Amino acid sequence: MLNPDLKLNEKILTETPDMAATRDGYGEGLLELGEKNPNVVVLCADLTESTKSQQFAQKYPDRFFEVGVAEQNMAAIAAGLGASGKTAFISSYATFSPGKNWETIRTTIVYNRSNVKIAGHHAGIMTGPDGATHQATEDIASVRAWPGIEIYVPCDSQEAKKITVYSGQTDGPMYLRFSRDKTPIMTTVATPFTPGKIQVFWKSETPQVSIFATGYILYQAIIAAAELEKEGIQTEVINVATIKPLDEQGILELVNKTHAVVTVEDHQVTGGLGGALSELFAKNLPTPMEFIGLQNVFGESGKPQELIEKYKMDKAAIKEAVKKVISRKK
Amino acid sequence: MFEPIHNDKVIELEKKAVEARELVISTLLEAGSGHSAGPLGMADIFTAFYFHILNHNPKDPTWVDRDRLVLSNGHICPIQYVTLAMAGYFPIEELKTLRKINSRLQGHPHRGTIPGIETTSGPLGEGISQSIGMALAARLDNKKHHIYCLTSDGEHQEGNTWEAVMFAGKEKLDNLTVVVDRNNIQIDGFTEEVMPLETLRYKYESFNWKVFEVDGHNIKMFVEAVSEARAIHEMPVAIIAHTIPGKGVDFMENDFTWHGKPPNKDEAKKALDELRTLQGKIISEHQ
Repeated sequence: MLNPDLKLNEKILTETPDMAATRDGYGEGLLELGEKNPNVVVLCADLTESTKSQQFAQKYPDRFFEVGVAEQNMAAIAAGLGASGKTAFISSYATFSPGKNWETIRTTIVYNRSNVKIAGHHAGIMTGPDGATHQATEDIASVRAWPGIEIYVPCDSQEAKKITVYSGQTDGPMYLRFSRDKTPIMTTVATPFTPGKIQVFWKSETPQVSIFATGYILYQAIIAAAELEKEGIQTEVINVATIKPLDEQGILELVNKTHAVVTVEDHQVTGGLGGALSELFAKNLPTPMEFIGLQNVFGESGKPQELIEKYKMDKAAIKEAVKKVISRKK
Repeated sequence: MFEPIHNDKVIELEKKAVEARELVISTLLEAGSGHSAGPLGMADIFTAFYFHILNHNPKDPTWVDRDRLVLSNGHICPIQYVTLAMAGYFPIEELKTLRKINSRLQGHPHRGTIPGIETTSGPLGEGISQSIGMALAARLDNKKHHIYCLTSDGEHQEGNTWEAVMFAGKEKLDNLTVVVDRNNIQIDGFTEEVMPLETLRYKYESFNWKVFEVDGHNIKMFVEAVSEARAIHEMPVAIIAHTIPGKGVDFMENDFTWHGKPPNKDEAKKALDELRTLQGKIISEHQ
């Protein structure tokens, strides 16, 4: 059942869940920050509308900077702002930022300890028809190795807003990952967000498998878990909104009881959530694992739902992975 | 705003620049690796900044109203470390630790490890953008301090440099002055052979910048150019400073092979003798 303590949106188990895009939450978060923190500035590289920076730009024109199609420049300008008492958000598609400007961010923001939040939009294959050039599927892997960066992946628009507001009130370099399409809203205004902590969204009475998911695709895991329960397979589904620093203690406590793990992410299975958890378990608690995500291939054009089915990231694939990992338990 | 420069001050700064070059040579010898030509070529300009132009306080390096001196081409940091130490940011003795383990003096400068370094640099083409960020922040906060960014000519081959130049022109950032160390060399050879930059002046002007060209070893001329730059409104200014790489050491001057290596012991001695005798013009007490 859904964790009652988290005051989740009950409609997610119905045929018609509430829908919104995580990028909408980013836009709302920026607006709230504009009001709360006069030092917040926002930069964008010719993608103001699709990164949802537009409302901030209209309401706070003095604190919004359009840099044109120049992601390296955007990152380094933000670094200068962040080193001068500002909290700078840079908004673009994740393939370009932190993709194209990776080294610029590494040097001028992360190593330089500048107070900049990198908002990577259009993450994952669910970006859809634009195709693989615009589907960031290695972004988490590429930034996770940086010392001193924090990485947040909201599961829905509500959480996206909370994460954005939190990041704008907290010093230090952070990577925030957003997706394009509307996805089910699983949390509510009342759902707490605690940075650095996992949350168990769904739990059967005696879980045999822990399903860790990050981002919008968590929804697929919850639906899979509900169906599995009816089939007599008990699981728990955990939202990992903070990829770095990872909630190592919280994760180990759960897996110490289930001893079987499935990771679910719209990202390559190497270097992202699956990679991070593998490192944790290899060191502390060797555990059979199955990985849902892109299996070392690029995506392609298509509708989001078609893509997650083709690339085996939907509820059916998750159910299969759960069964497989159970078969591997000693 | 700094004072007009008089001849007595010019002579004092010229002496300091020679002292700075000597310290660069002895620091690089001790480090055993690093760049020689660029730091020697920029000694006069760094001296002019830290001892005349900048409104700064070495005892309070994070003072919010200080002028910012951003070094974009971090590889010439030996001259910045030397002049920072001479200005009192940290003990001159510490220069001996350059590039060594547990040192505050990293091979390329890193913000936060040593006072006076405004930003981490080394990877090229990122300094003007960061200076723009600082200039925008100053504008938002109604601050009157000025942002100076020192760049190499070679890093004008980086796309990021021109992204920044374009942006500063758009934003009419008149609290930003960029200095280009036009020494015509880079690691692989002469800039005009590796990847021609000329006509650099017109490139800047076409992005709506005001451009001055000066002799980067004429301290008086340089300070006056900066003074004139400060009087320009509604436009960022680039000062193209023509310098001689390896300036002050005859066998290093204009030789691109000295771009990225330090002197050995014999070469360092020869270089120091030359600097101390002002290229044979006077007798040194060290001889």
